[in-house]
Amino acid sequence: MRLSYPSNVKVIQVPCTGRVDIIHLLKAVEDGADAVYVAGCLEGECHFLVGNLKAKKRVQYVKKVLKELGIEPERVEMFNLSAGEGPRFAEIAREMVERATKLGPSPVKMKKAA
Amino acid sequence: MIIADRKPLGELLEMVKDCNKVLILGCKGCVTVCNVGGTKEVGVLASILKIARKKEGRPLKVDEKTIERQCDPEYIAQVKDLVGQYDAVISMACGVGPQFLSEAYPDQRFFPAVNTTSFGGAVQHGIWAERCAGCGTCVIHHFDGMCPIARCSKSLLHGPCGGSAKGKCEISKEVDCIWDMIVKKKMEKGRLEDLTKMKPNKDWRTARDGGPRRSVREELAP
Amino acid sequence: MNDLKSGSNLEKVLKAGHFALTGECGPPKGANVEHLKEKFSHLKGVVDAVNVTDNQTAVVRMSSWAACALMIQNGVEPNFQMVCRDRNRLAIQSDIIGAYALGVRNMLCLSGDHQTFGNHPQAKNVYDIDSMQLISLVKKMRDEGKFLNEEDIDIPPKMFIGAASNPFADPFEFRVYRLAMKIAAGADFIQTQCIYNMEKFRTFMKMAVDMGLHEKAYILAGITPMKSVGMAQYMAKSVPGMDVPETLIQRLKGAGKGKAAEEGIRFAVEQIQEFKEMKGIAGIHLMAIEWEHMVPEIAERAGLLPRPKIS
Repeated sequence: MRLSYPSNVKVIQVPCTGRVDIIHLLKAVEDGADAVYVAGCLEGECHFLVGNLKAKKRVQYVKKVLKELGIEPERVEMFNLSAGEGPRFAEIAREMVERATKLGPSPVKMKKAA
Repeated sequence: MIIADRKPLGELLEMVKDCNKVLILGCKGCVTVCNVGGTKEVGVLASILKIARKKEGRPLKVDEKTIERQCDPEYIAQVKDLVGQYDAVISMACGVGPQFLSEAYPDQRFFPAVNTTSFGGAVQHGIWAERCAGCGTCVIHHFDGMCPIARCSKSLLHGPCGGSAKGKCEISKEVDCIWDMIVKKKMEKGRLEDLTKMKPNKDWRTARDGGPRRSVREELAP
Repeated sequence: MNDLKSGSNLEKVLKAGHFALTGECGPPKGANVEHLKEKFSHLKGVVDAVNVTDNQTAVVRMSSWAACALMIQNGVEPNFQMVCRDRNRLAIQSDIIGAYALGVRNMLCLSGDHQTFGNHPQAKNVYDIDSMQLISLVKKMRDEGKFLNEEDIDIPPKMFIGAASNPFADPFEFRVYRLAMKIAAGADFIQTQCIYNMEKFRTFMKMAVDMGLHEKAYILAGITPMKSVGMAQYMAKSVPGMDVPETLIQRLKGAGKGKAAEEGIRFAVEQIQEFKEMKGIAGIHLMAIEWEHMVPEIAERAGLLPRPKIS
């Protein structure tokens, strides 16, 4: 479709969002990502049946951990859309970039020594 | 197996607050089975601690290792050359692990990452429930395969009490009344008279009440 | 009258064939002796014995045996309740002897509400023995004069032994067997949980009578008058093992604003009239908790006064 989405979104393709695990989301945060989101199939339409539901649970777990550590849980998010929804994909990307911009840089980015 | 739950993050961060370099040591035994302290969970905890400390501006170096079990000296010996390199070691094994490690390596500090709770098994994917209280005198055969010591909130031997309602324990609707289950099974199998006989008072000496226990295999011990 | 087990007033009243009436009094949440005296003063002379609760619903109060001793000093006969939740077999035997030495002659053996209900849920759970074994223990001390470990007791306590029965807990079919077990273990008298579902209770009593239990122990029917619609609704929903029929709640509502308490008393009096005639019922256990001042009126209206005086 050649729609554009912000260039500061790095897309990692997986065969199913069920492949995304807690450690992947945590590593992104640990390495300084300002936000990380998972875009899976619409609920009930997962090609591999319930992969997107597993991803949803894992995103919720990471949100909880972040909250406990005093980091905004909104930096991690789960979205559902169908493979044909190109414009929605771009829209989600813009939404998360806007969200990350509003939240500011991740508090995990290395602080310069005083 | 032994069931445990990870300690709250605040408590763990407090434990390592004066450390710069820690090792998280997992266990492939029970804590792997209940998904709280195996290789995967070690990785997750390592990442969490690093995130928390990066945020504070005081980065923490975290290494990860998972060994077969932490309740046998032979396996504890495997980390001999490793444990001394850190300010502290966090053990994700049950309460036995940190103690065996502390005894083997008295110069190092070993912190428990989990709160060990009970002996039990998986009742559903992701859910483990207590089945055994380790009383040392098993009487399951008298109750058609169910243990009232572990599974009755009051450890009654002549239950159910007057608080049993609709098959649930008085303390919570989430807790099944084991006595309701025992009575129904006995009635179903025509063995009700097993329950109408008085049971002798429990001898708690074989339980933790009698002091820390020790099991000796005569044929193996020196 | 010379083969009495304990010589308590309650025992004498029941043995003589009178329809007994017992009351209940919860000790204060402190050493407030005046408050305790005020509460049981309403019951003096109005009931044959007064149950003294033991950290009921796991809320800490003055210990039951102490409150019993104060009652005795003031001319009221107590029924010493003991739960298994808070003490092991050493403390149990010790407290029974102590209570007896202070003049206690009636005792009710209970498991006790779990400590999660109360105001110290963090406490360690004892339950060394259960209520069935406690009944058996008190009988052993009285009739054999021995401690649990078979040693002789230096003047054994001779208690009139009571136990509780809840016909409304589950499984229903088993409740009467459990009652039979308590009697076989040594219970001389039984006090039931408070009754609202009369139909279910009649079924239960029929089973108990068929088993001849009423001939082996005195069964007292428990009654707690409803003070308000709110109380009825709370008990229906939030108290495990309590059976409050919807018809009763409707009846209380129908009485009109401010009249529910009077309707509750009317219901209680009707129950007492039925229990007087019901086969197997030897008396009433009236639990008017924090409403002790109403007991004389209820007893009067139910035709239970004056209480018999047995020498």
